[in-house]
Amino acid sequence: MSEPVRRESDPRSIAGKAPRPERHVAVVVVGGGAAGVAAAVEAAEAGVEVLLVDENPVDNDTMAMDVPLYFGQRMQPSVRNRALMLERVVESNPALASAYEAGVDVQLGTCVWGAFVNGPTVQELDAPLLGLADERRSWLVGYDRLIVAAGARDVVLGFPGWERAGVMAANAAFSLLTRYRALAARRMVVVGSGSLGLRTAALALEHGVDVAAIVEIAPRVRGDAERARSLERRGVPILTSHTIREARGRVGEVESVVVVRMDDAGMPAAGSDRELACDTVCQAVGLTPSVELLALAGARLRFASALGGWVPELDEAVRTSVATVFAAGDCAGFHDAMLADPALARRQGRLAGLAVAESLGALGRRDAEGRRAKLDPEPPMQPPREVHGHWQAWLRSLIHAGGWEVNVCQCEEVTRRELVETRPPRYLAWQSPQMSARGLGTLLRDGPINQDQIKRLTRAGMGPCQSRRCREQVALLLAEATTTPVERIPLPTFRPPLRPLPLSVLWPGDEPPAMRGDWVSWFGIPTQFSPHWEAGMAMDEPTAHGRLIMSDE
Amino acid sequence: MSDRQGAAVVIIGGGVTGLSAGWWLARAGVDVLVLERGIVGWEASGRNGGGATHVYSPFGLEEQRLWPQMDELLGYPTEYQPYRIGVALTEPQLALARRWAEIGATRGFRWESLDSRQLKELVPIVGDNAIGGTYLHFGGHANPQRTVQAYAWALQDHGGRILQHTTVTGLTQRGGRVTAVETTRGTFDADTVVVAAGPQTGLFADMLGVWLPLAPARVEMIATEPIPLMSCGGVAGNGLYGRQTLRGNLVYGGGPHEWINVPDMAAPDHPNTPLVRNLARRLAELFPGAAHVRLIRAWGGIVENTPDGLPVIDRLASPGNVILATMSSVGFGLSPAVGRGVSELVLHGRCQFADLSALSLGRFAETPADWRDRAGWVSAGAPVAGAAAGDGADE
Ligand SMILES: Cc1cc2nc3c(=O)[nH]c(=O)nc-3n(C[C@H](O)[C@H](O)[C@H](O)COP(=O)(O)OP(=O)(O)OC[C@H]3O[C@@H](n4cnc5c(N)ncnc54)[C@H](O)[C@@H]3O)c2cc1C
Repeated sequence: MSEPVRRESDPRSIAGKAPRPERHVAVVVVGGGAAGVAAAVEAAEAGVEVLLVDENPVDNDTMAMDVPLYFGQRMQPSVRNRALMLERVVESNPALASAYEAGVDVQLGTCVWGAFVNGPTVQELDAPLLGLADERRSWLVGYDRLIVAAGARDVVLGFPGWERAGVMAANAAFSLLTRYRALAARRMVVVGSGSLGLRTAALALEHGVDVAAIVEIAPRVRGDAERARSLERRGVPILTSHTIREARGRVGEVESVVVVRMDDAGMPAAGSDRELACDTVCQAVGLTPSVELLALAGARLRFASALGGWVPELDEAVRTSVATVFAAGDCAGFHDAMLADPALARRQGRLAGLAVAESLGALGRRDAEGRRAKLDPEPPMQPPREVHGHWQAWLRSLIHAGGWEVNVCQCEEVTRRELVETRPPRYLAWQSPQMSARGLGTLLRDGPINQDQIKRLTRAGMGPCQSRRCREQVALLLAEATTTPVERIPLPTFRPPLRPLPLSVLWPGDEPPAMRGDWVSWFGIPTQFSPHWEAGMAMDEPTAHGRLIMSDE
Repeated sequence: MSDRQGAAVVIIGGGVTGLSAGWWLARAGVDVLVLERGIVGWEASGRNGGGATHVYSPFGLEEQRLWPQMDELLGYPTEYQPYRIGVALTEPQLALARRWAEIGATRGFRWESLDSRQLKELVPIVGDNAIGGTYLHFGGHANPQRTVQAYAWALQDHGGRILQHTTVTGLTQRGGRVTAVETTRGTFDADTVVVAAGPQTGLFADMLGVWLPLAPARVEMIATEPIPLMSCGGVAGNGLYGRQTLRGNLVYGGGPHEWINVPDMAAPDHPNTPLVRNLARRLAELFPGAAHVRLIRAWGGIVENTPDGLPVIDRLASPGNVILATMSSVGFGLSPAVGRGVSELVLHGRCQFADLSALSLGRFAETPADWRDRAGWVSAGAPVAGAAAGDGADE
């Protein structure tokens, strides 16, 4: 066989333009909660270089988009004061001090918006990279090991009026109360009486927020009975077998919420509507692990209802299916015990820190074993219970009480009906008999339901909140409408940027000259766009170096 | 159906090329079956820029004639919008925009030159860095995801069939013809087979012992949050292609591609890379008035290119009942016309409304097996050294 002729690489391709990370660190930990800090400290104490990033304090404009949590416009104006918020974020998280002491490089106010790894169709990267950003700019960081401790996100469900300012969710309320001390709520109705709902109500009371009621669709309180009684003693009514009919108010604010009792048949009981005055409705139905970064980093996910939905596959060392990526804390699986006792998340974090140090050779196996043995044993606990059936019961009740003309996706204003009828968006004003004959039913005949496909057709999930407020409820609604088990509905894909970032922030100040110099819009094959009637004519797209070729030279 | 699993025409690949061809055939009353590995339009056909301005092509005039009618013909919305504005930040960019316009003029279309003031009136988000531009009273763009589903549904409305989640794994040949296609869901008889499998089209050519040089590549796009609608959403320039959607999002792509290998029938990955930052920068340069706008999404897609970047739309000499259709990375806009052309190749053996000689397979007869190496069109990770393109053995 003759030697292959090898010319230079294609100057219009990515070859030779590999992005350079601003820095490379041995270990990046994403998330400065209980698990993340514990992981960072453990790894740093073993002598490994660790960068810990946490996006708090999040800036006001991002919060106003309900990113990363469902803040529902209930931020006090003080969240605009970055310096003050930074102070509070540090104060509220004493464990951070131990990270500083251990020599961890802690970067607050810094989000991770992308994970980039080589794979079958990406070979250009010298190392796995993370995309980071603060308020002003973005940059890339390379790593040897990644520990994701990104926490969990609220599962939220729609009802008439849930677009109003004041409808928010538990994790956001927790963050605004404890981290920012900036929750602008006076009187709150809490949706859900599980551990999450009870804790949210108790925390609100502690911070001087009235709790008008806790609403629960199940016939009994789902959380700890003693905690529930203590809340009732403090004057908080718990309305079981109830659901939300509507949030009301003038000019886009919540001023009251109408609740309704559900009868034995699961239908709204006639005459049982009650209007409760409140300025905030806090959804505390459940949390789901924040797995988007893990997904981008290539970790395999599985569905586990008892852990809150899609979770990373992990081995005993909390290592994901990608050998260099680890997960700890709520993002690895959320259940009530995690909420009750942060020691669980800390333990997972330590395990991750030890595993990472061991895999980098900073700890010998015996040493690592010894340290693992010294960790507090996992406390005995009830096996966590599955949650999706309960979430579905909530959804069903909200449909019965609120109907089908309720937005499932707020950003794109897609209603439940439009979703199951797979309507094109309203602004197209499209009418045709063919379209009217189509819907979920006809799609189902062609194959299993796929949320990404429904998103393309209806736009549900395509908005600026990046489907944080609708991902789970769209899946639940599709499951409900097609009687498909929710775990059979494939997880819709996550795409970068994982946070909505201004173009000016993403703007790379560090472009290699070849990136600018050789840039063309499409491949740069001179004959690709040449007129077919002028054979031999080349039409080269100009680059910064080149010029326009207009003749058949 | 029950006594015969198959169809008069079996189409491999449910992208815009296969679906449009199937739709035209179904309209003509032909019994047609589309076999798609995943969901219709899952690959390039649902991931592209939506541009429909390709008057340079043999299919260009038909592209321009058909698009304004597509919503009505299909019965479903494509979001087709006419006209394009070219924005130039440099003299070479302006020369390119004008050249593009003049090609249209040669075909009888109208265009105007825009000075920077006129440009700013039409496109309020351009900045003082724009030196001028063009307004094309031809061309346009549509929503690829809506369009691809529209083809699929319209095809079914005319009695055609689509089988999703069905991968074609082989071709049964007998007596100089392909008599059936083998799939993960059984074998399907066929009188005629259309291969419109995107990057995988080359693998089918290999099976038939036919030389079709194809190099697959990965490309990326970005989308912003919605901003107020501009009077014409078809604005591009500064090395970007794309559009403002009818919802208001700015959706753009461009810049370096990555050559890859597609070694088998499996669906390729379509990840993004840090290139999204470079794209964001080019977009902010093109539209300084939108620099503060947030990027909310990015995606990747896989396309294939022939050595000259032009499609292959051809009926094979042998086996004589097979038609190959690859669009060489520019196939969305042309799809209404290409589908019609392919349907004519099936029904009449030739395309009656356009001269397809420039798109024949025969032009690559002399292309050497190591052409990708010679051109440098190779994957950085796994060079295809000396191997026939398409077998991708070293990945
Ligand atoms: C980011 C991007 C931007 C673009 N911008 C534009 C633009 O603005 N204008 C334009 O005109 N073009 C554009 N293009 C190009 C255009 O999208 C493609 O040329 C066009 O979609 C090709 O359509 P197709 O049907 O030929 O191939 P594909 O869309 O690749 O479809 C092939 C189908 O075949 C299926 N398949 C493959 N193998 C098998 C098998 N063994 N069995 C069953 N099924 C199989 C695949 O699943 C796939 O659905 C762009 C492409 C990309 C990726």
